[in-house]
Amino acid sequence: MLNRQGRPTAPGLASVSAHETFTGNKALLQEEPLLFEIGRYDVTGVDLDEPQGFTPRLGGLERSDGIGLPGLSEPETMRHFVRLSQKNYGIDTGLFPLGSCTMKHNPRLNERMARLPGFADVHPLQPQSTVQGALELMNELGRWLTELTGMPAVALSPKAGAHGELCGMMAIKAAIEAKGEGATRRTVLVPDSAHGTNPATAALIQFDVKPVPVREDGTVDPEAVRALAGPDTAAIMLTNPNTCGLFEKDVAKIAEIIHAAGGYFYCDGANYNAIVGKARPGDLGVDAMHINLHKTFSTPHGGGGPGSGPVVLSERLAAFAPVPFVRTDAAGFALVEDEEGTEAFGRITAFHGQTGMYVRALSYMLSHGADGCRQASEDAVLNANYVRARLADLMSLPFGNRPCMHEVLFDDAWLKDTGVSTLDFAKAMIDEGYHPMTVYFPLVVHGAMLVEPTESESRASLDLFIATLRDLAMAAKRGDAARFTGAPYLAPRRRLDETRAARSPVLRWTPPAPVQEAAE
Amino acid sequence: MAETRYTKDHEYIRLDGDTAVVGITDYAQGQLGDVVFVELPAIGKKVGKGDEAAVVESVKAASEVYAPVSGEVVAVNSALEGSPGTVNEDPLGSGWFVKMKLADPSEIEGLMTEEQYKTFVASMS
Amino acid sequence: MRYLPLSDADRKDMLAVIGASSIDDLFADIPSDKLMKGLPDLPRRKGELEVERIMSRMAGKNVAASSVPFFVGAGAYKHHVPATVDHLIQRSEFLTSYTPYQPEIAQGTLQYLFEFQTQVAALTGMEVANASMYDGSTACGEAVLMAHRVTRRRKAVLSGGLHPHYADVVRTLSKMAGDEVVTMAPDVTATEDLLAAVDGSVSCVVVQTPDVFGHLRDLRKLSEKCREAGALLIAVFTEVVSLGLVTPPGAMGADIVVGEGQSIGNALNFGGPYVGLFAAKQKYVRQMPGRLCGETVDADGARGFVLTLSTREQHIRRDKATSNICTNSGLCALAFTIHMTLLGQEGLGRLGRINHANAVKLADMLSSVRGVEVLNSAFFNEFTLRLSRPAAAVVEELAAKGVMAGVPVSRLLPKAGLDDLLIVANTEVNTDDDRAALVEALREVL
Repeated sequence: MLNRQGRPTAPGLASVSAHETFTGNKALLQEEPLLFEIGRYDVTGVDLDEPQGFTPRLGGLERSDGIGLPGLSEPETMRHFVRLSQKNYGIDTGLFPLGSCTMKHNPRLNERMARLPGFADVHPLQPQSTVQGALELMNELGRWLTELTGMPAVALSPKAGAHGELCGMMAIKAAIEAKGEGATRRTVLVPDSAHGTNPATAALIQFDVKPVPVREDGTVDPEAVRALAGPDTAAIMLTNPNTCGLFEKDVAKIAEIIHAAGGYFYCDGANYNAIVGKARPGDLGVDAMHINLHKTFSTPHGGGGPGSGPVVLSERLAAFAPVPFVRTDAAGFALVEDEEGTEAFGRITAFHGQTGMYVRALSYMLSHGADGCRQASEDAVLNANYVRARLADLMSLPFGNRPCMHEVLFDDAWLKDTGVSTLDFAKAMIDEGYHPMTVYFPLVVHGAMLVEPTESESRASLDLFIATLRDLAMAAKRGDAARFTGAPYLAPRRRLDETRAARSPVLRWTPPAPVQEAAE
Repeated sequence: MAETRYTKDHEYIRLDGDTAVVGITDYAQGQLGDVVFVELPAIGKKVGKGDEAAVVESVKAASEVYAPVSGEVVAVNSALEGSPGTVNEDPLGSGWFVKMKLADPSEIEGLMTEEQYKTFVASMS
Repeated sequence: MRYLPLSDADRKDMLAVIGASSIDDLFADIPSDKLMKGLPDLPRRKGELEVERIMSRMAGKNVAASSVPFFVGAGAYKHHVPATVDHLIQRSEFLTSYTPYQPEIAQGTLQYLFEFQTQVAALTGMEVANASMYDGSTACGEAVLMAHRVTRRRKAVLSGGLHPHYADVVRTLSKMAGDEVVTMAPDVTATEDLLAAVDGSVSCVVVQTPDVFGHLRDLRKLSEKCREAGALLIAVFTEVVSLGLVTPPGAMGADIVVGEGQSIGNALNFGGPYVGLFAAKQKYVRQMPGRLCGETVDADGARGFVLTLSTREQHIRRDKATSNICTNSGLCALAFTIHMTLLGQEGLGRLGRINHANAVKLADMLSSVRGVEVLNSAFFNEFTLRLSRPAAAVVEELAAKGVMAGVPVSRLLPKAGLDDLLIVANTEVNTDDDRAALVEALREVL
């Protein structure tokens, strides 16, 4: 019998282009108001019983205002934040070649381990006899980090990379002061290619920053360091592999020059992920180096933290590491929390650091093993070089077509006269479904584009990425500037007005002003 | 016509008797992009030649404005605090930063003339 | 290796495309005598099952807070976190995203940061808040540096009720930055005279409420004195739930308010990661450290959010930055915002009253134990006991009995001569049975 209820199965008229919707939604992509616009002050999504029969003992300090925090029921909360999440790009969405940030796969095993009650539900000030497993974890993470880097000691407590830098530089300052040279050794050499955190850290603790120019090939010339080093030199802060994606080939010589001048070698370990299992900072003359667990050892970036930045230290600095640290004795593990009787320079955070991140990083290391860690570095470097080799004919490499480490740096020379800027190019990548690479960093090349594919990408994924970039590059050179200058066209938002945001900052929601009754 | 001189850091100084108006050049505002904030010194502040006299911020960059010559700050353009975009719109006019009383008017001789500055800017691109 | 997609055949082909004969060709810049020949002396790769076994064994050696009557606080608190929170923060688009440098594809992160900032400002009673700091202690250190920038003075006064770890963080930072710190003696009874310590040379006074001993402090006279002296009042809290019930520092005249946000949305995690809250008066916004999210519009006029005022930050100002900080505590801030959204002011107020009621109940029960004196008259969910014996030993003995009694003050202040003091916290997770177990155990050992 003829079924008259059948629905059309060919696209038909649905192939005409989209119209504006009543809701502003685009099917799966939903517009979402601020929670302050949809929440109610008398709603809560948590069932709690009002306590009965007690007399407050607040000393007359009861809160009397309405706070101003609306609530949502549980289903509304779920929907609000799920919709927000759908406006974000993550590693799990697609290739995320953000140079210097190392957006590699985040194994969910690590998340599961961090949520074991024996780690997640343990208080930092419980009796030490009840946290021996947590102290063992810290000790074991320390063993992996010191063994991999060839350094004798590690301070685990820094909360992120920049905090690790601060910790390492404080150890250096303490060591200098212990030698009675605090008044004279005040200069820190920082190459122009350094992360902004380096000079900021040095300046914060009263060192004078002296820039070191980067030579033609993108690395630091030991002779330039020699010319600047002297009895006033406290340290050099050198990123290796550096921010141009290159290994500082004269690193050993630079270390020698700094040491001969009586200074210390601080290595920014942001790019350590390129050389794990290939070279040990301890063999390169490094005195202190922070390790971003969220880069090299894959703890999630979480939209900008939490990070974790343990610092490995040389023999000369080990004693100055801050409290707390783990000591082993016959009775087990003990946490040294009091500076008294140590040379520790002090304390940089409450409690013991980012234990939840230690769990994830150790879980990652155990999964990879020494062999997998090395393989990960090799694959990261291989992937970056593959991208370089296949784009070198279209895009420009400021330091020549030579091997790079885990990331490849292009400049904007190849975009000259196309009317397309580095920023435009990046925004057009968004329309193609990619997160852009790092742009305009490092500052030493013009219109920088720093591509770090990481070891997490398959060859097929890289091939598609390369093909996309080639297509975009040819479009730019062809004069199809509109594809770039108006981009992104297809993201949840078009380009945002940052000038307006900065000229008259609106940093919080405020209730709309009551509608004025029309005068007269 | 008051004489205007220029520095390599793209400040201008326009003499008016023994005081002078200081701001940033049209080239400088173009390089900075949209100015979003200006930090001005206290009136009465004494600055040496090359000292930081103000800070100008765009969305992506913050730059120090240096005193082209030594002297004392006698007035600041506080209108910029509310409308920093004036620096972009009229850098040489209503987008000025500070007025200074010069300590040594001869210092101005070491600065570039308009012609020299034009050549200097041309050499940069 | 399960996380690495390349096969050996891929690697070989790719090396050929690159024109390298071996992978070590790509590492040619590493001096050959520095290139590792063998592998580090560490175990080889392991499957999920084996890793899980190793980690679980370690975790099993710790006593989890929820497995015993648990009264440990002093800066980190055991609260119940709704299941929704942990589910949502594990969504890929939150968990595996980065700092929102490309706002067009990071509106999810930016919008929750804007919501977070608004929530923190409302809670603290301040005009603006940033997008979070590492934790409460580092936020406290940054607040002192900020006060120095605002006042152009370099001397901080720390209350004797400030958490000793926070005070240590400030002292370490100040020592290194060449700034002066005056630390008041441990103030067990909240009776110190801070007013006398404020004069025209002081940049800021740092005072915690509820303080580390659990006392609530009225900051109004102090804020007045600070204003007269041109100093800033920095108010600190370690228990953010208290703000649901207690007058916020903003309403008492604080200039900067910083604290620990762990209690809302975040697990104990043996000390981290946590989330630092940082709020201030609007006029100081350009001196604030950390990231700020602001509202704007896109090219089509639609509302959107961006990171803003970033010229304060290290990647632009370099050695002139307000702080060297680069990351915030994004995911922990998200957990905070989700939990706070579920609570609303209605739920938060009730949560605060439950915490307080439980603590009042416990204080009354403990007052009847011989050898125990409750030192606090006003408190929120935490107070200090004077015991007839050193508290550290009592805590160990009670732990052996399966009761986590609290934090001995000697653990935080080893040489202060306060060995008989014990800090006890009581939240919504504690039951009548828990309280009875603590009282009973104390009776047995005292």
